[in-house]
Amino acid sequence: MRNSTPKDIGSINFGLMEPEEYREMSATKIITADTYDDDGFPIDMGLMDPRLGVIDPGLECKTCGKHSGSCNGHFGHIELAAPVIHVGFTKLIRRLLRGTCRECSRLLLTEDERGEFRDQIDESRKLGRDLNDVTKAAIRQARKKDRCPFCGEIQYDIDHEKPTTYYEVQQVLTSEYSQRIAGAMQGDEEEGIERTSPDELAEETDIELSRINEILSGSFRPRESQRKAIEKALDIDLTEEDTNKLMPSDIRDWFEAIPDEDIEVLGIDAERSRPEWMILTVLPVPPVTARPSITLDNGQRSEDDLTHKLVDIIRINQRFMENREAGAPQLIIEDLWELLQYHVTTFMDNEISGTPPARHRSGRPLKTLSQRLKGKEGRFRGSLSGKRVNFSARTVISPDPTLSLNEVGVPDRVAKEMTQTMNVTERNLEEARRYVSNGPEAHPGANYVRRPDGRRLKVTEKNCEQLAEKVQASWEVNRHMVDGDIVIFNRQPSLHRMSIMAHEVVVMPYKTFRLNTVVCPPYNADFDGDEMNMHALQNEEARAEARVLMRVQEQILSPRFGENIIGAIQDHISGMYLLTHDNPRFNETQALDLLRATRIDELPEPSGIDDAGEPFWTGYDVFSELLPDDLNLEFIGTVGDEVVIEDGQLIEGTIAEDEVGEFGGEIVDTITKVYGNTRSRIFINEVSTLAMRAIMHFGFSIGIDDETIPEAAQERIDETIEDANDRVEELIEAYERGELESLPGRTLDETLEMKIMQTLSRARDNAGNIADEHFSDENPAVVMANSGARGSMLNLTQMAGAVGQQAVRGERINRGYEDRTLSHYQPNDLSAEAHGFVENSYTSGLTPREFFFHAMGGREGLVDTAVRTSKSGYLQRRLINALSELEAQYDGTVRDTSDTIIQFEFGEDGTSPVKVSSDDDNDIEVAQIADRVLDSEFASEAEKEEFLGMKRQPTNLSEHADTRFAEETEVPSDD
Amino acid sequence: MTEVDYAVDDDTIAVVEDADLPRRLKDEVYETLEDRGDATVEDADELAKAVEARYIDTRVEPLEPVGTVSAQSIGEPGTQLTMNTFHYAGVAEIDVTQGLPRLIELVDARKTPDTPMMTVYLEDEYATEREKAHEVVWNIEATKILALGDVSTNVADMRVQISLNEETLDERLITPDEVAEIIEDNLGVKAIQNGTEIEFGPEEPSYRDLLQLVEELRDITFKGIEEVSRVVIRREELEEGDEQFVLYTEGSAFGDVLEIEGVDASRTTCNNIHEIHRNLGIEAAREAIIEETNNTLAEQGLDDVNVRHLMLVADIMTNRGEIESIGRHGISGSKDSVLARAAFEVTVNHLLNAAIHGEIDELDGVAENVIVGKPIKLGTGDVDLRMGSINPGPGGQAD
Repeated sequence: MRNSTPKDIGSINFGLMEPEEYREMSATKIITADTYDDDGFPIDMGLMDPRLGVIDPGLECKTCGKHSGSCNGHFGHIELAAPVIHVGFTKLIRRLLRGTCRECSRLLLTEDERGEFRDQIDESRKLGRDLNDVTKAAIRQARKKDRCPFCGEIQYDIDHEKPTTYYEVQQVLTSEYSQRIAGAMQGDEEEGIERTSPDELAEETDIELSRINEILSGSFRPRESQRKAIEKALDIDLTEEDTNKLMPSDIRDWFEAIPDEDIEVLGIDAERSRPEWMILTVLPVPPVTARPSITLDNGQRSEDDLTHKLVDIIRINQRFMENREAGAPQLIIEDLWELLQYHVTTFMDNEISGTPPARHRSGRPLKTLSQRLKGKEGRFRGSLSGKRVNFSARTVISPDPTLSLNEVGVPDRVAKEMTQTMNVTERNLEEARRYVSNGPEAHPGANYVRRPDGRRLKVTEKNCEQLAEKVQASWEVNRHMVDGDIVIFNRQPSLHRMSIMAHEVVVMPYKTFRLNTVVCPPYNADFDGDEMNMHALQNEEARAEARVLMRVQEQILSPRFGENIIGAIQDHISGMYLLTHDNPRFNETQALDLLRATRIDELPEPSGIDDAGEPFWTGYDVFSELLPDDLNLEFIGTVGDEVVIEDGQLIEGTIAEDEVGEFGGEIVDTITKVYGNTRSRIFINEVSTLAMRAIMHFGFSIGIDDETIPEAAQERIDETIEDANDRVEELIEAYERGELESLPGRTLDETLEMKIMQTLSRARDNAGNIADEHFSDENPAVVMANSGARGSMLNLTQMAGAVGQQAVRGERINRGYEDRTLSHYQPNDLSAEAHGFVENSYTSGLTPREFFFHAMGGREGLVDTAVRTSKSGYLQRRLINALSELEAQYDGTVRDTSDTIIQFEFGEDGTSPVKVSSDDDNDIEVAQIADRVLDSEFASEAEKEEFLGMKRQPTNLSEHADTRFAEETEVPSDD
Repeated sequence: MTEVDYAVDDDTIAVVEDADLPRRLKDEVYETLEDRGDATVEDADELAKAVEARYIDTRVEPLEPVGTVSAQSIGEPGTQLTMNTFHYAGVAEIDVTQGLPRLIELVDARKTPDTPMMTVYLEDEYATEREKAHEVVWNIEATKILALGDVSTNVADMRVQISLNEETLDERLITPDEVAEIIEDNLGVKAIQNGTEIEFGPEEPSYRDLLQLVEELRDITFKGIEEVSRVVIRREELEEGDEQFVLYTEGSAFGDVLEIEGVDASRTTCNNIHEIHRNLGIEAAREAIIEETNNTLAEQGLDDVNVRHLMLVADIMTNRGEIESIGRHGISGSKDSVLARAAFEVTVNHLLNAAIHGEIDELDGVAENVIVGKPIKLGTGDVDLRMGSINPGPGGQAD
């Protein structure tokens, strides 16, 4: 669409439309309910009138002359036989009826009251409050008036029968007034009410006696004042309700007379939205493009729901007119009117409570206008806030440890489909021709070219050679994706910004996306069948932004906790642990093998000479090769001992999870913050490859034998559990004897439960401890637990010791049969076994009953997760919606897009959560800086300048540029 | 001249105050300078500059969409929170809503939390002496008749008989006279009090009335605050090894508790943010939201979420001077833009109302610009780049 000028929408005004406006914009009046004639051509002035736009390719629009695709369609209109109410405004119509005079249509408020509400409206507008609240208050005030302050007419209450019927309720004198008065004058002896004579009544009510007599005989209807007087005197009610249905036409007339200035008091914009426009006399017919019909395989046309609804409306409309012209009785007219109202109502909203929804022939409720807008798949959330896009791909992911964390392996068939636009210039002409001459099938080829005149040509196997020669500067070539292109990669659910990151493409064979395992944590991905999405960027600005802001290496630090979210995981950690825990020795070959996938190609001086006279390198030395030369660090590590790094050499400690792991590995974190993202990326890549080499060097596997324990130990565990069972029995006995003392604030039953739970969990722990004694530190499960790679000692306890108490809702299992969990137990058996204590370990195997209890506990976990995801998803949607407009400004304040200040300084000190770890309350150590600055340890003035000045990170745009940076350690930045 | 509590001369103060640093860091600079003692003004200047450079390095980037980042940082760990409603918060005796339900409750700004509770700190001797602390407990905990003695109904005489337990009465500092009086006031009957025995009955003998009276009698709060059903007293260690008594209550009536003698109003808190807002104002409410969300996350081991995110949420909830919830009834529902509101929830109603009120959508926000397909005014969308002129004029380099 090169020729279409981009439209920039400045603002959108909302309002109601006047009937005349509908007619003006209408391309045609619609009068026939039929769509197509027998030959399959659209009927003139029918619902598919060609003036309403085109949907069939090749045809021309009769209104604008454009073809399908470029013609947006044109509205038509239906002249309704009688006015009908717009369902969306029923509440407001009711309010207006109640608040305005039935005679002169003026708002029932005095000048003072109007002023007050006008001020309130202005205030609400300014503060962005809901105007409806003021409207409601104004109407409430207006309803208090019995008479119109302007014309003095008595006002009646309005009843609203949902959805669209209104009644005027009048209090009129009952026809039985004479009987009632007479009855009341009789008095009631039981209740102690005295008889009233007509004389007394006349006196009390100030009505002449003769009148009273006339009233009593029923020959004179008392006037209102007289009625009230009699009612008061006799304490009776002489009225009855008389309901008078208000037809839409009546309401329309009523509203037409409301003056503009009265409406403004209610916050209604009279300029744009006259209240009578809420009652429709003309119905706009949406263009056919908004309700396209589809041709089924058998040649039959299937119409859109909206078309079906419009057919109904036109049919009834027609019948209405015919009947009225034929002078049908009022009853029939009213029935038809109601039917027309129903169809127009359901055309706008088919989910009105109290009205049966209009259904399709198949019984499915029709999807009409409101339903199209509403909800997750509706127009707003489904088609406007989020759209389907081109240049995207989705497939299964699989791991590839040889890739850099910045890269993604893209299947060649994807690379051939998703193109990048190349603007051909003198300088890349050769390159562009090469792409085109490769054709669409060979890999770095091209799919389309665009000539300067805007014509797009498809590159085919046949024409590629010729086309390549024709390519000139100022052409555009849609070339295949090649290594080094930048793409956006995403895994749902996208819960944080690290769920969408930019990667550099590496084109690969086969059908899956390949990624380095260290980027699993930010995406929360694994390889059990997960799929991910890729988006190719289509303009230079987007590509630049992606490279600078979104590349994986720029996202190493998480803004949630200000530490690295990317780091070594699982086997990497086990590997590093094996490499550094006992600081093993390696000979030259082994050491070089460990480092072969890193940039290090020369070993440092050997750490020593072994007994055989061979030089050796320790694990510390090998690892230290990866560290920046001037890194100094000291902290307490994973294993609990100190980790010391001096001048880039690991002196002491074990490297494991807290050192290089995801979620805040100290060394990775420090390198990222001090040496920058590029250095950190290199470090993480190298740590992971070194770790893989190390774990392969040592060998690492786990089997069932690793969790079995000697007979003797098993016996001790059995003993412990027997002991616990005895203790539980004792508790139960004490409870039954009534000797158990309840804990403060707990009932006796709760106390017993808590004590049993305590005893059993202690038993489980003891069993675990016994089992642990038999596992050496070399046991793979222990290595994984100690290094923090995977699993915990609890998992080991459950595998080797005892699985322990199963719980549902935080209690022992208490459900199932009456007074017992399973029919295998006596009623009211409180023992450990009967309430889900699993004595066995996973290795020894669970008994059927234990297995069942275990499944109960496991099921709760599954249900919990399912409920949680939906709840937390909604929570996040709300949070994001509420906060999405906030932005830090140049002056340090946080404001929303209408410039309201939310915070004067972000987080009270303006510090970025990405750059400061959340558990240090103060990342800048003044004393340390003072030592450096004031005790002038600088070798030169320049170094001091550098320390004092701000650090500028060089701009590194691709993996290749970065390598250059790493080799030369410094490359003049180009910004 | 800014006053500082550190022993440094005026020139130093001038130099340090001049630096673009938050108060906290300025104070730290003073402290370091004071510790060194011999620092000159030049030293101070250099130090201030160096610290400033570091600080500016860690500042939020201008135009950063901090709102979205904060929302994600709180929402993302939501998936890791438990759904288990009841968990024990510090005090095993009191159940408190925890995890995701609690977080939702806070963000929704519910009028009353699911499990209201207060943490009442005590003053002076009330905090140190158990007797005294108990005095406060009896003033807070609602005392019902069943705690004071036995109630029996004499159907033959149509009388309700209460025999009060003298010990508990003494302990809870209430006399039988008072009990009788409260009964008379509340039930409108004539109570005959004789020592620890109290007797009363319906005016006319009616079995139903009698039972009704007993029912009502049980609901009367004789002492303490009606809303507080239980108080747990705990001895807690202070930092200096001292100990103090702290009360935890089930149910809350924050305003009432602050009035009670012996309660340290400066430390006492409650988990109902609206009560805090009513009694202590909006700033306290903001603080309470931060505190409560932080505790909820910390309880689940997610204390690594940066407080700055929680602050931003608390700030936007309290921005208008009253607590607004996050969602359709609060912030999202009061946005200026029709499209933004329609895109969130209750789409159709927002559109219809906009038509009636003749609203104009100026398309300033994020959601509406996504809808109309314009770049949003956040981050890189908020800057305009202009190509530098090829020939830099006398004004200097275009940059």
